[in-house]
Amino acid sequence: MFKLPLKLEKRPSDSSTMSLLSPLLAIVLTLICGGILFWLLGHPPLDALYTFFISPLSDLYGWAELGIKVAPLLLCATGLMMCFKAKIWNIGAEGQFIMGGLGGSWAALQFLDAQSSWVLLPILCTGMLSGMAWAAITAFLKTHFKANEILTTIMLNYIAVNALLWAVHGPLKDPQGFNFPESALFVDATLLPLIHEDFRLNISIFFGLFAVVAVWTLMSRTWVGYQIQVLGEDAKAARYAGFKENSLIWFTLLTCGALAGLAGVSEVTGPIGQLIPSISPGYGYTAIIVVFLGRMNPVGLVFASMLLALTYMGGEMVQMEMALPKSLTGLFQGMLLFFLLACDLLISYKVVLNTHVTRQSPSANIQASE
Amino acid sequence: MDIDLITNILYATVRTGTPLILVALGEMVCEKSGVLNLGQEGMLLMGAVVGFMAAVTTGSLFVAVLLAVVAGILMSLLFGFLSITLVSNQVATGLALTIFGAGLSAFLGSNYVGVGITGIEPLSIPLLSEIPIIGKIFFQQDPLVYVSFILFGLVFWIFKSSAIGLKIRAVGENPEAANALGINVHRVRYLAVMFGGAMTGLAGGYLSLAYTPLWAEGMSSGRGWIALALVVFASWKAERIMLGAYLFGAASIMHLVMQGLGFEVAPNLLAMLPYIATIVVLVLLSSDRSKAKLNAPMSLGTPYRPQV
Repeated sequence: MFKLPLKLEKRPSDSSTMSLLSPLLAIVLTLICGGILFWLLGHPPLDALYTFFISPLSDLYGWAELGIKVAPLLLCATGLMMCFKAKIWNIGAEGQFIMGGLGGSWAALQFLDAQSSWVLLPILCTGMLSGMAWAAITAFLKTHFKANEILTTIMLNYIAVNALLWAVHGPLKDPQGFNFPESALFVDATLLPLIHEDFRLNISIFFGLFAVVAVWTLMSRTWVGYQIQVLGEDAKAARYAGFKENSLIWFTLLTCGALAGLAGVSEVTGPIGQLIPSISPGYGYTAIIVVFLGRMNPVGLVFASMLLALTYMGGEMVQMEMALPKSLTGLFQGMLLFFLLACDLLISYKVVLNTHVTRQSPSANIQASE
Repeated sequence: MDIDLITNILYATVRTGTPLILVALGEMVCEKSGVLNLGQEGMLLMGAVVGFMAAVTTGSLFVAVLLAVVAGILMSLLFGFLSITLVSNQVATGLALTIFGAGLSAFLGSNYVGVGITGIEPLSIPLLSEIPIIGKIFFQQDPLVYVSFILFGLVFWIFKSSAIGLKIRAVGENPEAANALGINVHRVRYLAVMFGGAMTGLAGGYLSLAYTPLWAEGMSSGRGWIALALVVFASWKAERIMLGAYLFGAASIMHLVMQGLGFEVAPNLLAMLPYIATIVVLVLLSSDRSKAKLNAPMSLGTPYRPQV
C-alpha cells in the first residue's frame, strides 16, 4: 500500500542495544508529537511541555505527589510483568485493583473505633485477598476451560467497576452521608502511616519497591521463576520438561492479583481515605504501558512508573495552568505506547535503503511495504 | 407481561444489539483475513466522539455518520500500518489502539460532554412497519438499524458466494499459498482491516448519534470487547453474529425486563449481566475447543512477511 524507499531487513539476532534505545526513542517521539499538539492548540510548545513534564516536579511536594502515583503503578506493573513473562495476557490489574480497594474498604469500615495501627494488617490482607480472589476467577477459567484470559480479565474489570458502584450506592454507603455515594471516612488508625507529615506520601511506595525487588529475585534466582520464563518463551518446551503449566498460571495470576489488590487497598487507605465511586484513574491499564516501557526489568519498571505517574500530574497541571483538558494524560500515554511498539520493530529489524543490491539479498529480507 | 411490554423489550433489544452487530461483522471480516484487531473499543470511542463533534459543529447527522466512519477507518489504518506493514505483535498493537483511542477520544470530546443534540430519529418503513409486533420490532427503527440489516446481508453474501470472500479466506487460512496464487496478501489484509474500522466507526456513530445522543468518556463501556467475544461465539459466521448480538442486547436491557416483571434489583448489579454473559459464553465455547479451532482462520494473529 505504501511505497517507501526504505525496507526492513531482519537482524541475525535481536539487538539488545535497540531494546534499551527503543523506549528512549519512543519518549522523544512522544515529546515531539506532544509539542506539535500543544502548538496546534495555540500554546508555545516548549513552555507547554515544560508545564506538563517539568513543573509538576519543581519542588519536594511535587516529588512526594509523584511517589503517591508511582506506588500503585509499580505494584500493578510488577504483577503484570510476571504474567507477561509467562505470556499470560492479564489485562485485569484494573479490576483486581478495584476489588482490592473494595475489599479493603469493607475491612476498614469494620474498624471505625480502632485506636491501634495494627488493624492495618488485616485490612491490607483483606485487600490483597480480594485482588487474589478476582484474579483466581481468571486463573480458574483459564486452567479449567481454556477461556481466553484477555477477554475474561477485561470483562471482570467492567464487573468490578459495577461492583464498586453497587457497594458505594448500597451496603458500604455512609449512613450519615446525606445519601452521597461514599463510605464513611476511615479513622486515622486505619490509614497508612505517612512518611513525612508535610506530604501525603505514605509507606505504600515501599510496598511497590519491595515488590519489584522480590518479584525480580523470584524471577531470576528461583526454580519457579525459571519455569515461568520457560513457559513464556516456549510453552511446548515447558510441557515437555514436565513443568506444571496450570500451577504456574495460578501462581502468576494470584501473585498479580495480590499485588494489584494491595495497590487498591493502599489507595483507599492512603490518599483517598474512604471508598468513593471512582478509586482508580486507570492505574491497572497504565501499568501495562509501564511493563512494556520498562522492558520487564526492575530498574526499567521504576523509571517507567515515574514517567507515567508524571503524565497524570502533567495532565492536572496543564488543566490548572493552561485550561487544557486533563484527558491529555491518556493521549500522551496512548501515543507513548504506539511509538514504543513501532520503535520495538528496530530490535529485530534494521531499516535499510531499498536499493537493487539489497533487493537480491537472501530470502530472510522483508519488504518494508507492498 | 402483556404483549406491548414484550414488543417494547424486543424493540430495545434490536437497538442494543445493533452496535454489536456492526462491530462484530467488521471484526469478523478482519479476522477472516488473518488479522486479530483487539482495538475495537478504541475505534468505537473514536467513531462516537468524531460523529458527535461533527453533529454539533455541522448540524448534519449524515455528515456526522460519514465522519464517524472515516474516523474508524483512520484508526484502523494506524493499526494496519503497525501490524501489517511493520509486522508488530497484533495483540499488543490492538491493546495500544484501545488505550490510544480511549485517550484521544476523551481529549477530543472534553468540550462536548453535556452538550445535547437531536439524535437520529426512527423512520418507519411503509407497509413493513404495519405488520403486527414484527413491524414495531424491526421496521420502526432508525435508519442505521436498517443499514445494519443491509450490511449483514452484504457480509453474508460475501462469504457465501463471492470471489472476494474466497480471497479473504485464502489469505486468512494460508497467506503463503494465497500469495503463490497471485493474491496480494497485504492489500487484502489492509482492506479487511479498513472495512472493520469503517464498521466500528459506524457503530460508534450509532452510539453517540442514535442510541444515546450524547458524548461521555468511555461511553462504549466494553461493547468493543463484547463484540470480539461475539465473533468467537458465532464461530466466524455472519448469521450467528446477528443472533448472538441480539442475545447480548437482551442481556444488556435486563433492567427493563426486571422492571416489567416487578422485581427490584440494584441497577449496578444488572449492569454486570452482559459482561457475565460474555464470560459464560467464553466458557461454554472453550469447553468445546476443537470446534472453535476448526472454525478459526488458520493464520489468525500471525503477521505475514512476504519473501523477496
